[in-house]
Amino acid sequence: MTKNSDIVIVGGGLNGPALALALALAGFTVTVIDALPVKIRKNAGFDGRGYALALASKRLLNAIGIWPRVAQNAQPMYEIKVSDGHAGLGVSPFFMHFDHSDGVDSSPHDPMGFMLEDRYLRGAFLAAMKEHPAITQISGQTVVAQTLDPQGISVTLASGKVLRANLLIGSDGRASGTATRAGIRRTGWNYGQTALVCAIDHAMPHNGIAHQFFMPAGPLAILPLPGNRSSIVWSETTANAAAIHALSDADYLAVLRPRFGDFLGEISLAGQRFTYPLDLTLANAFVGERLALIGDAAHGMHPIAGQGLNADLRDVAALAHVLTHARQRGEDIAAQLTLDRYQQWRRFDTQSLAMITDLSNKLFSNGNPLLRLGRDLGMRAINAMPPLRRGLMREAAGLRGDLPDLMRE
Amino acid sequence: MQTSQTTIDPNEVAKFEAMAAEWWDPNGKFKPLHMMNPCRLDYICGQIAAHYGRDLSRSLPFKGLRILDIGCGGGLLSEPMARLGADVVGADAAAGNLPVARIHAEQSGLTIDYRHTPAESLVEDGEKFDVVLNMEVIEHVADPLAFLTACKNLLRPNGLHLCSTINRNMKSFGMAIVGAEWIMRWLPKGTHEWDKFITPDELFDLLANAGLTPTNRSGFVFNPITWNWSISDQDLSVNYVTASVAPT
Repeated sequence: MTKNSDIVIVGGGLNGPALALALALAGFTVTVIDALPVKIRKNAGFDGRGYALALASKRLLNAIGIWPRVAQNAQPMYEIKVSDGHAGLGVSPFFMHFDHSDGVDSSPHDPMGFMLEDRYLRGAFLAAMKEHPAITQISGQTVVAQTLDPQGISVTLASGKVLRANLLIGSDGRASGTATRAGIRRTGWNYGQTALVCAIDHAMPHNGIAHQFFMPAGPLAILPLPGNRSSIVWSETTANAAAIHALSDADYLAVLRPRFGDFLGEISLAGQRFTYPLDLTLANAFVGERLALIGDAAHGMHPIAGQGLNADLRDVAALAHVLTHARQRGEDIAAQLTLDRYQQWRRFDTQSLAMITDLSNKLFSNGNPLLRLGRDLGMRAINAMPPLRRGLMREAAGLRGDLPDLMRE
Repeated sequence: MQTSQTTIDPNEVAKFEAMAAEWWDPNGKFKPLHMMNPCRLDYICGQIAAHYGRDLSRSLPFKGLRILDIGCGGGLLSEPMARLGADVVGADAAAGNLPVARIHAEQSGLTIDYRHTPAESLVEDGEKFDVVLNMEVIEHVADPLAFLTACKNLLRPNGLHLCSTINRNMKSFGMAIVGAEWIMRWLPKGTHEWDKFITPDELFDLLANAGLTPTNRSGFVFNPITWNWSISDQDLSVNYVTASVAPT
């Protein structure tokens, strides 16, 4: 039986294409299957969704040729201000301030990260995949079955077409069919919180400063987009969020406005409003026979620290690293021994990140006055200790730990 | 098996036959070799690529090279070499290893010429190779100089010889015998005889006496915290490897 390509990736969102490009760069042939037709995926307008990209993520995007395609649309983040807010009371005097001049990286003038809208990233991925001769894109097709054989794995599309490869990658989200078909179960829990996401136009410039306020109901992040525009991610209890989401645009703004004060001047909605229920879901295994899971298929996590896509891209870089090195030393890329290296690398990282975000959410989304005092003092202490602050910044920039090749400079 | 004069110690062969079926179980008795294998392969591939000017990022970088893997065992090195495009002969003195290696190569879709033969018989047959691998075998042969001379005679002019083994000092005794055999039970007791271990200087002398020119020595270092192996220029205190070149 012949193979259509070395690797088949199910899921053509962001992580699937990123992995496809990284693997094609290393000499693999790759097929990417997505359920949505290209037309729909390509023609995304401005919808207010954006990603906070850590420096390590930017390095990966640069290495796979995506960064030059999106750089002109990326908003650098020069400062991140974290403070304990209380609706209607403005900002607590105790806060943490992270400034790019503290030097996250070797060059102290690099920004701390970038904000990039979903539509630019998606478009760049589709164009880059189309140009690469080693990548085959299959769009508008769902996978209905997958079958292991002694020397390969095949997926059957709804059309009846069968594709066979050495290795299958599940990049198909938190309800991953690839994982389910492989018998990989998940554990997770619901936070009882929902994120309200929207973009706003504002009268005053944001100066490339990102803000995170910890409110009793959940965190509120204001992330700078190009121009006088910011992306808002705002967590509320699920009941409150549903009520707020049901409001008219004017009433929605009336609820939002007092939560972060007036430092950006008059605000108005730009683009759609979204809600995302916040839950944590971890696949019980990140690998199976001739199979690996990346992104939300492996771990969906609370977006409190803006680490969602960054953690996903770290999967991409780590898996590409493991497979590339295995190929160059003649190992079987689909052997359990090879795939286990990826699992070992990523499971510890993601589980500890999930625990930390989970814990900090529980700690920060809390109105208990004693807890509040404690975290205010804690933030002031972190702010007063530059080495600790720099350590946190390197962590947030994704530059700590064992870095995959594609995230090194 | 041919009955020419061999350097194989019959007691050693029996030991490995008993272990042959376990070769490809990553959590079985050969777990330490499986753990060490990526590091060994990085060294081997790097040396071959540098010596023959091959680019490892290309597909089938070793195409056109004939490689002999002496003491091939279950094929842990032969298979990767074949996957990289080399024409591979895997030789082992333990007959029980060969069926395991052959079955596994077939399952992996690889063509490898596995032979139950000592190095000396290959010399008699006039076989020639671009690369000869002696990974973790020299500490098990009865006469290392005669063995290395046979390896040299199997190389084409300017051919590459790679040889890894275990140093002989208190640390290697502690790590390889007390640690790996007695405490961790990674290897069956009696796998190694400490007095057969060779120091890097002794090995360089043996290689030179066999007519080879040593060009590199490096350590394979185990990190007990991360459980990873890495290549070191400095630390040859336990596991180490040498590269040598045959006369032109």
